[in-house]
Amino acid sequence: MKQMNWKELPHAGTVLKAGNANEYKTGSWRTYKPKWVEENCIQCLFCWIYCPDSAVVVKDEKMTGFDYDHCKGCGVCAMECPGKKGNKAIVMEEEGK
Amino acid sequence: MSATQEKPMTLKSLSHKKDNLSGGHRMCSGCGAPTVVRQVLLAIDEPVVIANATGCLEVSTCLFPYTAWRVPWMHSAFENAAATASGIETMYRSLRKQGKLKKEMKFIAFGGDGGTYDIGFQALSGAMERGHQLLYICYDNGAYMNTGIQRSSATPMGADTTTQPVGSKIPGKTVRRKDLTRIMAAHNVAYAAQASPHNWRDLMTKVKKALATNGPAYMGIMAPCNRGWRTQTNDSILLSRLAVDTCYWPLYEVEGGKWTINYDPKDKKKPIAEWLKPQGRFKHLFAPGNEALLERFQKLVDDDWESLQKLAAAFGAK
Repeated sequence: MKQMNWKELPHAGTVLKAGNANEYKTGSWRTYKPKWVEENCIQCLFCWIYCPDSAVVVKDEKMTGFDYDHCKGCGVCAMECPGKKGNKAIVMEEEGK
Repeated sequence: MSATQEKPMTLKSLSHKKDNLSGGHRMCSGCGAPTVVRQVLLAIDEPVVIANATGCLEVSTCLFPYTAWRVPWMHSAFENAAATASGIETMYRSLRKQGKLKKEMKFIAFGGDGGTYDIGFQALSGAMERGHQLLYICYDNGAYMNTGIQRSSATPMGADTTTQPVGSKIPGKTVRRKDLTRIMAAHNVAYAAQASPHNWRDLMTKVKKALATNGPAYMGIMAPCNRGWRTQTNDSILLSRLAVDTCYWPLYEVEGGKWTINYDPKDKKKPIAEWLKPQGRFKHLFAPGNEALLERFQKLVDDDWESLQKLAAAFGAK
């Protein structure tokens, strides 16, 4: 991001672009990466409601994957995933493998 | 309560709503607080203005020139989130009266337990007493996690913190935590409740109720902190569920003086050790010779749970 000079800086340090933290990528924080196993997914959306980083992508009421630009790899989604017949729909894998 | 009698909330229906906390904030991996905030914001249908006390949530969601908030949001200091929200709400009422503003709006103040139980307590008490139309939400992780796990008055007895570390002289925090939700209920506010993010439906219903009441409202919400609690990054929801199942953090609400327990585990009530065991800050409670401490913790939880049941029986729905 381009540095602002004193004339360009907004008054009182306000940030005028709502939600622009989205432009900042936190995906590089990850040690473990969630992997979605679609055949075990029952579309309960628990992963979506519990994700602290808004990194579960839901389209038309369906979980469609992860936003790896922002996912920090905490693993809450995998932990809470009920899966199907004891098989999790989200598994954590070591990053970079 | 019209807001709660709409068609039942489902995750599928909620998924159409816009997420008002963006990704890319710098809260720790696996933190409980952003999950709480996302659920709170998803529960609101009206335009909302947020005031935020200093704390993890504030510093990590608003690193200039970025903000993770998609709603108007203001931070001024550690101690005055409630006063800031009071001011905004008063200005709103004035503008409505003058006819300069037509929209119905809601006001929320967020604070951590340090900014609520300790530093912001006076401002919070004042705002509740003055009767502003606002909801104060404390996300409670039980210490000053942002500055390095210093004890607060929300820290549970026995917890290891950097200002009351476990050693040969003291076994962590020596006194019990204060019960802020009951203190808020004693302010005779319109609505006071405790919630936990594992039970999203209960949490969101409470936010809707709190915002629909005519008067000030307070909510204490459990927000596990894996750095401060010395746990894994993936167990924030698991631990908030255990906090409720062990009755350490009972889900209840006080609506205009009427006490209701929203979840009673009954014979499924778990021993407090199940919640304490995964947490490194309580490791010493399981060391030989410290059995009495563990027993004392269990007794505190049981006594609180019993007195809450008595309150619900005495002042509940007849």
